[in-house]
Amino acid sequence: MKEAIKITTPLNEEKVIQLKAGDFVNITGNIYAARDAAHKRFFELIEKGEKLPIDLKGQIIFYAGPTPTKPGHSCGSVGPTTSYRMDPYTPELLERGLKGIIGKGLRSKEVIKSIKKNKAIYFAAVGGVAALIAKSIKKSEVIAYEDLGAEAVFRFYVKDFPAIVVVDSAGNNLYETEPPKYAK
Amino acid sequence: MNKIKSIQIKDKVKELFFKANFYINSDLMQRLEEALEQETSPIGKYVLKMIIENNKIASREEVPICQDTGLAVVFVDVGQEVHLVDDDFKEAINRGVREAYQEGYLRKSVVDDPVFERKNTKTNTPAIIYTDIVSGDKIKFMVMPKGFGSENMSTIAMLKPADGEKGIVDFVVETVKKAGPNPCPPTIIGVGIGGTIDKAMVIAKKAIARKIGSHNKNVKYEAMEKEVLKRINNLGIGPAGLGGNITSLAVHIDYLPTHIAGMPVAVNVCCHAARHAEGIL
Repeated sequence: MKEAIKITTPLNEEKVIQLKAGDFVNITGNIYAARDAAHKRFFELIEKGEKLPIDLKGQIIFYAGPTPTKPGHSCGSVGPTTSYRMDPYTPELLERGLKGIIGKGLRSKEVIKSIKKNKAIYFAAVGGVAALIAKSIKKSEVIAYEDLGAEAVFRFYVKDFPAIVVVDSAGNNLYETEPPKYAK
Repeated sequence: MNKIKSIQIKDKVKELFFKANFYINSDLMQRLEEALEQETSPIGKYVLKMIIENNKIASREEVPICQDTGLAVVFVDVGQEVHLVDDDFKEAINRGVREAYQEGYLRKSVVDDPVFERKNTKTNTPAIIYTDIVSGDKIKFMVMPKGFGSENMSTIAMLKPADGEKGIVDFVVETVKKAGPNPCPPTIIGVGIGGTIDKAMVIAKKAIARKIGSHNKNVKYEAMEKEVLKRINNLGIGPAGLGGNITSLAVHIDYLPTHIAGMPVAVNVCCHAARHAEGIL
């Protein structure tokens, strides 16, 4: 198996175009967790022409809502939630400079098109290994929408967060290319 | 006559939700180790190794296996010689859930009105409670924290009797195919056939909690379980949907008598954690 590529945030076009579908990555730096309810609020702000609570340029959004942090730990258990629910919101955020998304599962045609157009990248984190992923999160803080509880916007400082490139900036999609190899 | 106080119910429910969220069941762990041996895809093996390691971390540190600590589903069989004393039965169960989710640092994932406000109830209640009256003097609990990645991929069809076995098998396989990576494969598929539209889904959900890979006692249904599992694994979806030959770990089919005009088939998809815990008072 290939060795994991170390990448740091923020991302830029140069870093992104070097990554190919199937690459294993270890991500270090700040990433932002936001899911359904936070995305809905982002859109309400966008409609009103107001600023978002985070500057998206070059950033990675992780579709996740952690469990509360147990004493002695830096973060609760946290893994990716299923990405397709954020499909309606994603192209607009990619247009605004969002460079990376960590989630799991299929994305719509519109999202894939937008990933290609904006030279962005979609990583999959393995679902259901939340205690393991939490080990890579060294610092966790709520930076917006605290009232949403688990659906708040979090900033996670991560070190060697394990992920796999599933859709690269050229539009290659591991969810499409791999299963047929094993289908009978 | 067995007098059972509400505090006993609350404490038992609480204990079971800790157990289900931190400790993977041993039959599932065994099946995962088996799957790791059987999987030929390198990415598939990588995913299975992560799942196994995660489960060990969770039990060792008593932290949740998955961040989606689920909607609290509770199946209760109340012996008819049990006398429930003190407080309200359902309230006792909800209190148990509330305490488990608070003290166990579990995620509160319940919103009140599903369409408009969607305000988090902050307690992970109300629980979904199914109660049956059975013979005897015990109360038997089965709790299932049900995550919604898998729940959202579940579905039901009101097939015609003429659709037959082929109709059932095709529908279940098609459901898993459409779900792809979304429910965190390798999955456990609970199938409920018969009853009414609602009852079929309840037995499908309960079927998830059967011993992994156990078979229906009716040999024809057992053959159907094996056929469905074979066809699902031939889809090539694999662990995490990244390609492989283990897409589901088990298919459990249960059935009930049904109407002469119908053949309801419910598919309740469950992820590779298949969290459930049982206890008796």
